[in-house]
Amino acid sequence: MNIDFEFLGDTLSKLLAAVPTTLGLFFASLIIGGLLSLVIVAMRVSPNWAVNRFARGYILVFRGSPLLIQMFLVYYGLGQFPAVRASFVWPVLREPYACAILSLALCTAGYTAEIIRGGLQSVPHGQIEAALACGMSRWTVLRRIIAPITLRYALPAYSTEAVLLVKSTALASLVTVWDVTGVAQQIIQRTYRTMEVFICAAAIYLVLNFIIVRALGMLEKKLSPHLRDRNGTAAKKSAPASASSPSSLKTATVPNTHIDS
Amino acid sequence: MNLVQLLGFGEQGWGGALLVALLMTVLLTIAALAVGAVFGAMVASAKLSRSRTLRVIGDAYTTLFRGIPELLIIYLFYFGGSSVVTAVGQFFGADGFIGVPPFVVGALAIGLISGSYQAEVYRSAVLAVSRGEIEAARAIGMSMPTMWRRVLIPQVVRFALPGIGNVWQLSLKDSALIAVTGLAELMRTSQVAAGSTHQYFTFYVVGGVLYLILTSLSNRVFDRAEARIGRSFRGTLARH
Repeated sequence: MNIDFEFLGDTLSKLLAAVPTTLGLFFASLIIGGLLSLVIVAMRVSPNWAVNRFARGYILVFRGSPLLIQMFLVYYGLGQFPAVRASFVWPVLREPYACAILSLALCTAGYTAEIIRGGLQSVPHGQIEAALACGMSRWTVLRRIIAPITLRYALPAYSTEAVLLVKSTALASLVTVWDVTGVAQQIIQRTYRTMEVFICAAAIYLVLNFIIVRALGMLEKKLSPHLRDRNGTAAKKSAPASASSPSSLKTATVPNTHIDS
Repeated sequence: MNLVQLLGFGEQGWGGALLVALLMTVLLTIAALAVGAVFGAMVASAKLSRSRTLRVIGDAYTTLFRGIPELLIIYLFYFGGSSVVTAVGQFFGADGFIGVPPFVVGALAIGLISGSYQAEVYRSAVLAVSRGEIEAARAIGMSMPTMWRRVLIPQVVRFALPGIGNVWQLSLKDSALIAVTGLAELMRTSQVAAGSTHQYFTFYVVGGVLYLILTSLSNRVFDRAEARIGRSFRGTLARH
């Protein structure tokens, strides 16, 4: 069985040319979805009943329905109304790329909000109480206690969500965005050589996912230095304890979280 | 045409078609879950085995089917399968494009994908059974089938149920992608209805609502199943 390297090379170059589109979809929806998820999770934990219910409804809708139908709704559904077509957002909503990013962002915001909420709930309440007792303002508590712990707990689940987002960008090809899957499908329909094109496209996605998982894994490692196994830990730990009070206050939080977590 | 006429069961109403499509989606997901259960059990046992080759194969399976977009896998199975069948048909003198049955191919594709998630669920469920029980069963001379029947299966089912509930929801939503093969499941029917009546918003909202009903009902069923199965485990030494 001879492998047609020329065809493979040609396919690979065409697919690689579409990778920036996929990456654009991914990063744009990651960032927009991430910011939106912060808003949603803030609403979800709010004591205000209406706000809380809205966030719950949002998460239910966007986690309970397929992304494809959400994307079609945004792209085809919104363009149906003359009111939308006449409004100022039409130049944006007319573009399939923007609609895909919007839809991906809305969907990932729902999932990410749940992940962050899980992280928020795992912050030991005692630490928040101690921080408030120390006289920290609510913003400082958020910045120094809640956010780091939440981030640390949420990162593993978030890397799964990031991989799902990369895979979801493939759906944009169904709303006429020329990403890797869209170009692959076009090549398949023209040449009927499904296997080779599939292998190339699959390899590209696997590499992308590998890089993302690795990047988030490195971030995880960087954020939890106190959980890492260090040589000469005993010597290092005693040294900061005998240091001056500002630095000992800083390192005081390190053994604290270690005991609690 | 007002909303009731559009969605109703009259001559121009799409209500009947949508309900049939709903049924098709559920059947597709059940078939996919069954396929996935078979593959998931095999891969889970491969991952738990002592042989390193089997573990590598199991890991490769999960990495592939969790890392490649579902759409690409469906394209491979449907268009690739159809190319093979068309080539075979041409060899026998038939002409033109012969497609593989989309239900079978769709169930297979989603099944293999859900199999990779189910493998993880089964693997962690088996690992969660306390080793002491297995050792005790061996010590009193239980045969393997009896041990499976009395010790392992009840506990594995109990530990795996939340995970399987998740995989069911995942497969339900992935089944919407089978629309690209033309199978008349919920997504495709919504698409066709929207396209033919140009009421895109209406039909995609209705499709979304129907999916939401499916997922909410599934959630409730699984919650009750979990509560029922966990009855005998409350307050015992078992984890969770």
